[in-house]
Amino acid sequence: MTAAAEGTAAYREVRKNAKPLLQSEASRGLALVSPTLAFAVIMLLVPILVVIAHSFWTQNYLTVDYTFTLEQYRIALTEPIYRDLLLRSLFISFSVSVLTVLLAYPIAYYISFHGGRRKSLWLFLITIPFWTSYLLRVMSWKVILGYNGVLNSGLLGLGIIDEPSTALLYNSSAVIITLTHAWAAFAILPIFVSLEKVDRTLIEAATDLGDGPIRSFLRVTLPLSMPGVISALLIVMIPTVGDYVTPKLVGGKDGVMISNAIQAQFGKALNWPLGAALSVSTMLVVSAMAAASVLLLRLLVRRAR
Amino acid sequence: MIEIRNVTRTYGPFKALDDANLTIKEGEFFSLLGPSGCGKTTLLRMIAGFDTPTSGSILIDGQPMGGTPANRRPTNMVFQSYAIFPHLNVEQNVAYGLKRMKLDASEEKRRVEEALAMVSLAGLGKRGATELSGGQRQRVALARALVMRPKVLLLDEPLSALDKKLREQMQVELRRLQQAVGITFILVTHDQYEALAMSDRIAVMFGGKIAQVAAPKEIYQRPVNRQVADFLGGMNFIKAEIVDDAGTSIVVDTLGFGRIKTDKPAAYVKNGSAATVGIRPERLRVLWDDATAKHEVAGKVVARHYFGEITHLIVEVPGMDKPLSVTETNDFGADDLPLGATIRLGYDPDALVAMAD
Amino acid sequence: MKSLLNRWLPVYAGLYIAFLYLPVLLLPIFSINTSAVPKFPLSGYTLKWYEELPHTSALLDAAWNSLIVGIAASLLATILGICAARAITRYRFPGRRPINGLIMAPLILPEIIVAVSMLLVLQRMGLGLTLFTVVLGHVLICIPYSVSVLTSGFEGFDRSLEEASADLGETAWGTFRRVTLPMMAPAIISSLLVSFTISLDDFIMAFFLAGTETTLPIYIWGQLRFAAKLPSVLALGTLLLVGSFILLTIAEVLRRRAERRTQTMGMAIA
Repeated sequence: MTAAAEGTAAYREVRKNAKPLLQSEASRGLALVSPTLAFAVIMLLVPILVVIAHSFWTQNYLTVDYTFTLEQYRIALTEPIYRDLLLRSLFISFSVSVLTVLLAYPIAYYISFHGGRRKSLWLFLITIPFWTSYLLRVMSWKVILGYNGVLNSGLLGLGIIDEPSTALLYNSSAVIITLTHAWAAFAILPIFVSLEKVDRTLIEAATDLGDGPIRSFLRVTLPLSMPGVISALLIVMIPTVGDYVTPKLVGGKDGVMISNAIQAQFGKALNWPLGAALSVSTMLVVSAMAAASVLLLRLLVRRAR
Repeated sequence: MIEIRNVTRTYGPFKALDDANLTIKEGEFFSLLGPSGCGKTTLLRMIAGFDTPTSGSILIDGQPMGGTPANRRPTNMVFQSYAIFPHLNVEQNVAYGLKRMKLDASEEKRRVEEALAMVSLAGLGKRGATELSGGQRQRVALARALVMRPKVLLLDEPLSALDKKLREQMQVELRRLQQAVGITFILVTHDQYEALAMSDRIAVMFGGKIAQVAAPKEIYQRPVNRQVADFLGGMNFIKAEIVDDAGTSIVVDTLGFGRIKTDKPAAYVKNGSAATVGIRPERLRVLWDDATAKHEVAGKVVARHYFGEITHLIVEVPGMDKPLSVTETNDFGADDLPLGATIRLGYDPDALVAMAD
Repeated sequence: MKSLLNRWLPVYAGLYIAFLYLPVLLLPIFSINTSAVPKFPLSGYTLKWYEELPHTSALLDAAWNSLIVGIAASLLATILGICAARAITRYRFPGRRPINGLIMAPLILPEIIVAVSMLLVLQRMGLGLTLFTVVLGHVLICIPYSVSVLTSGFEGFDRSLEEASADLGETAWGTFRRVTLPMMAPAIISSLLVSFTISLDDFIMAFFLAGTETTLPIYIWGQLRFAAKLPSVLALGTLLLVGSFILLTIAEVLRRRAERRTQTMGMAIA
């Protein structure tokens, strides 16, 4: 069988180099992907380019002034309100992504290494809450963390506190808790997938070569599962920076994020160029932060080895 | 029946098949044998119509097949993966191709049952495709192809996914089946025993070229070159010098075996005055006690490998550059021969064959 | 160390599941509570919040809109998803990775930025904001999910099955109809269900692109401002939760069935 499998592999290898065949294969593939690609270009790529263009223009009441300017970026990045919102959004998305990944890793590890035959049931169990209405999940957290909420009444009932705490709701930590809950599945799945790919005999080999469980984890399992950790980090960090619903419902005055400002510019304020500049700045800054986090993480893992 | 004329298939700079010429006769069990990447699968897929020659032509029954798509060729294939449709049961799989013929229901049913009986799967028609064992899947694939009554049945490594015992059993059955239906079978395999056991004729292929086409015995006993000899099993290669080259036979001088006159293989390529003579290890037999043979060599046992029913002896013969490999049955105690013992080996000069390097 | 880990990991897993499910389970609990204020201890059992629902015409309109949008978006997203997933799993073509990247991008971009970008272009094009624009937005965010569900369904597909069909005399179209489509059916249905669920739950796209129309999440958003309306929102949420759960269970069962098919095939090959 091995020889036969090598045969097909060699055959494919050969196929890859086949010029005339490649061309017909390429054109068929491109033709097939083109409707989806066209949709993505028209609905995503073009709009994003238009937004980038707008960020260099100025709003004049109901018309747009098309002269190139960096004024919007100056406002977006230096005006205290926007700068603070942006920094807070970054802080929140960073905390959420790190927290989510830290909490998710043991679960992914448990399912992958100890899930046994019930692995897919576990995964199903974990994805279910994620599929229920996002608005209502955020709402639930408001109910849990509120002044008369579940947590306060529970703590009161247990005699841990004397009067309901107001510290739980309407601040950054409420936003962080809610988002950590909301994005759990997005972190668990990629980590789980990369843990599944870790060849179990490698861990046995590390043990055989004298590594204890902690050292073999740090030197084999963790580095090999890094791709999953990194994609989990990115898939949580980047979208959460622009979350709108959570800060609006549980953030209060101290939990407002950049998305609320973006919405305001496209809504009531009707200042599209500023809204565009805020959007572009957010994307750029969060991408930079994501890149830095990935580099830092890689460095840390290399040190652990 | 099937003619492969000057067929070349290139993928970019790579020549998967290089100017292949082959004629496969009607009703023949023909094998394409070679290591992976030798072009045997490419050739089979071109006969089936899944690949097209870069140049050259393929004729089936005198009809050139260029431009005829796979679904209109009188060939059917048993895939390496069997390609059993998982969403259909056994019966539906077998009837898949018949559906297009618009037979009436009873005729279709009759043919399906006949095909299933032929591969000993009668009564399993309602079984789901995913509930079958490897051997059963293979039988369904066979029935599905044979029910189409093709002129040629193509088999792409059909036994490679089965375990050893089942594989040997299926070899016998495939051969029986081919004789029963009487159509041409073309088998692709990398297993020389499989090819030797089942085929009427074998084409041995290396690196996109057909090295030798002959009956199993001929291929095994008279390989045209060292590569073919090696691929089909163990062989002692002995350096020789050509003394006389007289048409169908040649005379060579060897170290150890002296002067030998041997048949010259049809495809023999002369390479100056140097030649190689080969003899299979089992064609050298140990002469026990005072038994004698017309032709014998003597040597010293330097190593011994035990394989159950046989023992492999490595024998150093004075004057020879390499020790000889000898396969001996254990009836007379070859497994107990002490190392260093001197033994005599008898041989038949006919077993020595000259071949190209 | 090892035994310690083995003992604590299941406990941690249990706690984590509790953390995931706690907020979700509060919805049905408070939706049958007589008090309008969601707090413990519960004041009594009632179904009145549910009984109110069918008599709220704004809710019924929003539900109807959501249904239309959901069906349209899931169909379109799945058709476009089939094209992309099939092209990516079956063919090699130049630019495959960047094209795949662009198609999957909405998965990782902040949804609000995708939404305002679309809003900007649609406004510039002078296209009015209607349910149609919501459908476009939902198709965009559903495609990545559809493509990943379909890709996993298509990947195990053995190409020799299609060759076998051609070998047995079937035409290209016949092969598609008799082999490809039936084998893909579970993945396709699963993609439809997942897309429908996403569309049904999505707030941001609808919020920016619906204009004056409402969908269920927009209706819920509007109700959240009034504390007194909370229980009926919770009742509605419970119904949505049950609905999503049923759809997703079906999707999961189908996906597993498709996987089992391709897996047994894989085992036969290995």
